[in-house]
Amino acid sequence: MDIVGLEPILFAGLALVAAVSGLLVIVQRHAVYAALFLIITMGSLAGLYVLLEAHFVWAVQVLVYAGAIMVLFLFVIMLLNLPREDVPWAPRDLRRIVLAAVLSVVLLIELALVIGLRTAPAKEPALTAGFGTTEMVGRLLFTKFLFPFEITSVILLIAIVGAMVLAQKHFR
Amino acid sequence: MLETLIIMVVKIGVVFGVLLLVAAYMTWIERKVIAAIQVRWGPTRVGPFGLLQPIADGIKLFFKEDLIPNQVDRTLFLLAPALSVVPAMIAFAVIPFGGTTTLFGLLSKPVALQITDIDVGVLYVFGITSLGVYGIVLAGWSSNNKYSLLGGLRSSAQMISYELSMGLAVVGVLILSSSLRLSEIVHAQTGVSWWLGIIPLPKWFIFGQPLGFIIFFVCALAETNRAPFDLPEAETELVAGFHSEYSSMKFAMFFMAEYANMATASAMATTLFLGGPSGPFGPSPLWFVGKVFLLLFIFIWFRASLPRFRYDQLMTFGWKRLLPLALVNAVATAILVAVL
Repeated sequence: MDIVGLEPILFAGLALVAAVSGLLVIVQRHAVYAALFLIITMGSLAGLYVLLEAHFVWAVQVLVYAGAIMVLFLFVIMLLNLPREDVPWAPRDLRRIVLAAVLSVVLLIELALVIGLRTAPAKEPALTAGFGTTEMVGRLLFTKFLFPFEITSVILLIAIVGAMVLAQKHFR
Repeated sequence: MLETLIIMVVKIGVVFGVLLLVAAYMTWIERKVIAAIQVRWGPTRVGPFGLLQPIADGIKLFFKEDLIPNQVDRTLFLLAPALSVVPAMIAFAVIPFGGTTTLFGLLSKPVALQITDIDVGVLYVFGITSLGVYGIVLAGWSSNNKYSLLGGLRSSAQMISYELSMGLAVVGVLILSSSLRLSEIVHAQTGVSWWLGIIPLPKWFIFGQPLGFIIFFVCALAETNRAPFDLPEAETELVAGFHSEYSSMKFAMFFMAEYANMATASAMATTLFLGGPSGPFGPSPLWFVGKVFLLLFIFIWFRASLPRFRYDQLMTFGWKRLLPLALVNAVATAILVAVL
């Protein structure tokens, strides 16, 4: 960042937008609006990546999540065409409320533990030269992380083939 | 500090203004070119050669009644035109439209004619333009009209399908220039190579990547919803597609977005394949503008010459022809670069 002092403000703004729209994703009654708020969350996350100097991750975030997957997501929602009241966000079933409460308490404890156990670094680690550039990310992907990277792509391929097989069965 | 800020604001203002002007005057150029192809006159009444026609159209659209049908989803109906026009405008921010200039000695040091030069320039343009589909999809959905909805859905499927081939078509260029930064891609295309040792050819990537250029351009036609891929607004079957329910300036914004997208796609094709603003003599921005307008002319030429694809033809063409072709092109380029 060129302008000193702008970074905390940008961070606070983006984090706030991400958190609020993340909440709205689950609170919204309408599925299309919920999806739109998810896009806003992802957009703010992309902004946070820019603040972390990870420009390549920003581009991938926008291109893959906001650009392509979310469009498909909207597609599904529109073809289902849910009316406004079909997604009640306050279930009256007591068992569900109890289960949700227990799970959120567990999550809260987990979060507290993680944050409590982590010791803050004495000072920020300095950025290595070329940090976050496409060249650096590519070099790491093809050397240090080659195996996990290739495994991920095979898993995705299996998922695609599986989806094709399921769709075929459906039509027969 | 202040000087950099002023230069930045001026650059943004100039690019934004020129883009708006080009978007408006493309309607005039389009009507004139198609008229010439069809042996008609086109606009002649408003100003010399009908040159004031876009201004008159703009004023007319401003004063038209702004209809909002009863059953629409108001928030998204109002938001959709803006969502469509904003990505079309900001995608231009990373495209270099000239070399460097001191404005005839007015500035202390040379300034690059490009708003910002980021490391992931190519991905930036692809990412931002892919966001433009939201405007169209949401316009189609929020209008609460089956023709609009079909237009919106068609456009989302079409844009996702052709984006893949477009990305793969560019891979060849990225291998040759080994950079995603647009200024470096332009730099890699400066200079002259001697074809067969006698004929001078500029080192533009279109000569090394002719197939890549053709695939890129065809995909650009589909991405901007232009003929012969203008299915989202096929008037014979869908009234006016996703913008059936829109009127006045909201309608005009969809139009502006389409023409600005055409300009951005042409500028990208120029940058990636035609050497960007580089030329043998004269000021570089003129070379850039000339190349962009040549491609825009081809856009219009296509519209005047080709009938619209059927929807299944569009999908077959995109997935079974263009995508394998783009893949082969990328792999062949990689092998050739590795061997040579």
